Amino acid sequence: MKFSIYRYNPQTDAKPYLRDYELDDDHGAVMLLDALLLLKVQDDSLSFRRSCREGVCGSDAMNINGRNGLACITPLHTLAEPVVLRPLPGMPVIRDLVVDLSQFYRQYREVKPWLVNHDPEPEIERLQTPEERAQLDGLYECILCACCSTACPSFWWNPDRFLGPAALLQSWRFLADSRDQATGQRLDDLEDPYRLFRCHTIMNCTDICPKGLNPSRAIGNIRQMLLKRSL
Amino acid sequence: MNIARRRFDCLVIGAGGGGLRAALQLAQAEAHVAVVSKVFPTRSHTVAAQGGMNAALGNVLPDNWLWHMYDTVKGGDYLGDQDAIEYMCQAAPRLVIELEHYGVPFTRLPNGHIYQRKFGGQSQNFGGEQAARTCAAADRTGHAILHALYQQNIRARTHFFDEYYAVDLLRDQDGYVLGALVLEIETGELLIIEARTTLIATGGAGRIYRTGTNALINTGDGMAMALRTGIPLEDMEFIQFHPTGIAGFGMLITEGARGEGGYLVNADGERFMERYAPHAKDLASRDVVSRAIAIELREGRGCGPRKDHVLLKLDHLPADIIKNRLPGIRETAIRFAHVDPVEKPIPVAPSLHYMMGGIPTNRFGQVVVPERHGPEEPVPGLYAAGECACVSIHGANRLGGNSLLDIVVFGRAAGEHMVQYLSENPYHRPLDAESVDRVMQRLTRWDRKGEGESVDALGDELRRTMEEYCGVFRTQEVLDEGVHRIVAIGQRLSDVRLKDHSKVFNTARIEALELENLVDVALATVVSAAARTESRGAHSREDYPQRDDLKWLRHSLFYRAERRMDYKPVRMKPLTVDSFPPKQRVY
Repeated sequence: MKFSIYRYNPQTDAKPYLRDYELDDDHGAVMLLDALLLLKVQDDSLSFRRSCREGVCGSDAMNINGRNGLACITPLHTLAEPVVLRPLPGMPVIRDLVVDLSQFYRQYREVKPWLVNHDPEPEIERLQTPEERAQLDGLYECILCACCSTACPSFWWNPDRFLGPAALLQSWRFLADSRDQATGQRLDDLEDPYRLFRCHTIMNCTDICPKGLNPSRAIGNIRQMLLKRSL
Repeated sequence: MNIARRRFDCLVIGAGGGGLRAALQLAQAEAHVAVVSKVFPTRSHTVAAQGGMNAALGNVLPDNWLWHMYDTVKGGDYLGDQDAIEYMCQAAPRLVIELEHYGVPFTRLPNGHIYQRKFGGQSQNFGGEQAARTCAAADRTGHAILHALYQQNIRARTHFFDEYYAVDLLRDQDGYVLGALVLEIETGELLIIEARTTLIATGGAGRIYRTGTNALINTGDGMAMALRTGIPLEDMEFIQFHPTGIAGFGMLITEGARGEGGYLVNADGERFMERYAPHAKDLASRDVVSRAIAIELREGRGCGPRKDHVLLKLDHLPADIIKNRLPGIRETAIRFAHVDPVEKPIPVAPSLHYMMGGIPTNRFGQVVVPERHGPEEPVPGLYAAGECACVSIHGANRLGGNSLLDIVVFGRAAGEHMVQYLSENPYHRPLDAESVDRVMQRLTRWDRKGEGESVDALGDELRRTMEEYCGVFRTQEVLDEGVHRIVAIGQRLSDVRLKDHSKVFNTARIEALELENLVDVALATVVSAAARTESRGAHSREDYPQRDDLKWLRHSLFYRAERRMDYKPVRMKPLTVDSFPPKQRVY
């Protein structure tokens, strides 16, 4: 099986290049991550992040044949050859397939992704009906892999001002939580021409999410909430 | 050599649930705390925990923390320390509530309370009817807890060193631990983090085996760090094989699948657990179920062309239950085994899952070692919590749902005790150059160039050796051969060379350092296993099939120097209640 992989080591390479690799037919790898691990045995300088190898930690997000995804849950048999692997687009490359995600994490922190509740703490859990809890399904499962934000043209154009789909999904996760009391503050923070409203519903985020989540709908919900508030 | 230095009150190594819960406790007490993690915190292995966290809330069925305590003592085959187990089970309900207040999206009951599911080894009334004690957020409880704890930490402004690799602890002549030498992975630069008190929360070392449920980052870094500073590891022979990893891959299928009504069948379609555990059946303790599957396979009743797995049947359950309560394992089963559990059973086999042993601590999280005054003298300034630690609450076999509980209870307890330590030790002790030099040697060794063995080849041999010589069933002959082989692998480490010597994000160098850790932990495991001539919990000796309380109701301690074994008594006396004396263990 043939691979063509983006390589760049800032210490030794003047500029990035694609390097070809090949695995024997009997390689036994099932998922793309298995193949990458085998290629790393051939060439220990090939760098990429990985951890859980089952799609729950979000480490091994990369651009696979032009589409963002997680290597560990991408079956090799679904990929056309040569498999072209590049780092997530639009992010500074640290080395090879490893990108600098600090801005992505900063945007996550910017939406204050934690539960705010000012009531005195009860002795027991804060009650929530199964229906209220169901509002969080499709939101809390986000693994912060950055596949969505780095597939979003609005994010590429205004990475410093538009929060991007991942952070906005998190924002909605708390707006949608019946236990959270910071709705007003959260909405105030988003009411600005860029942070939320740079989303042009291109919907790459939803199309690409390896966990099947829908940031586009979350953004739509926030917009609606803002609209309702302004009426 | 001039290495940059930073000073903090506390250093937490590892950003899984244990490290983050401790860091939160420290940050809330306004301590200046640094968290060092080799991966971004939400990529830690806590994220993969599925089924839930035990606490006797009694939301679904009647419950009592004392019943939880009994189940935990019995589940651990009486090797657990009963003071720590009492502390944990009593604290559990309060700490689950606290997590809920932190925002963890627990699944709810119609009355709005937290949903609790049935899990293995749980009973009401000291061995009576099945209990429902495991608080769940669908089957993504670890993910939900890890993310909520990370969120609370950014709220509390904990200082994170993301993607920094801890090389070794810094310990002075008087035995005080003064921080650690760490490596910034992105730049390859070194940093000394000086701290008055340090917590190791680096998780397990599942990667000493080839297949299992563990992430690739589970390389026992903290355990090996402790060993290298002269601290022993406790009860390392007790390795848990989870009954249901996806056959051939090892990905975890939560015990919650059986808790929700699933059961195991062999090639004859027989529900074989009825033979092995007539009362608890599929919800017996993990060691019992894994052994039962291993026997079924060995006796030729496995499924598939190679008869190498059994089937986990869920397709008789309402599709809604699977979709709402087990969505994560459904996704994993479809992806890796190509079966939708709504329609077809999942092929499963026992997979390496958890290490009951680790760095010896007391119930305050203090690392304790045999010294002049007794078997459990605190190492000044050093704490450990989570899978890398051995309190010991899990004894010889951990109950499902007790590990998320462990990290929260003892992460918090360690944090609290560290705050006290800070008030008693208000100043940083001077860090001498010698302790730094000693640690530096570990790094400079990898700068050697030339031809040699590869990290991957030696690592692969290590993992195969452990699988073959230290598996579910053990005998003296096989274990002795295992010791011999792992020692030889350890000696070959010095011949291993890196090809890539660059600085920026050099993952090859990190993997080399991890391999050293794996070798140390593997050796601790196989030597401890060869020494214990009885069967207890997960340690199953075919040549010594009985539990031997007279001789072996004691904790093992493995020292790296000369591979010395030592032992210490089990703490049989709880804090306030009567002791649970060893009884025959049946499910």
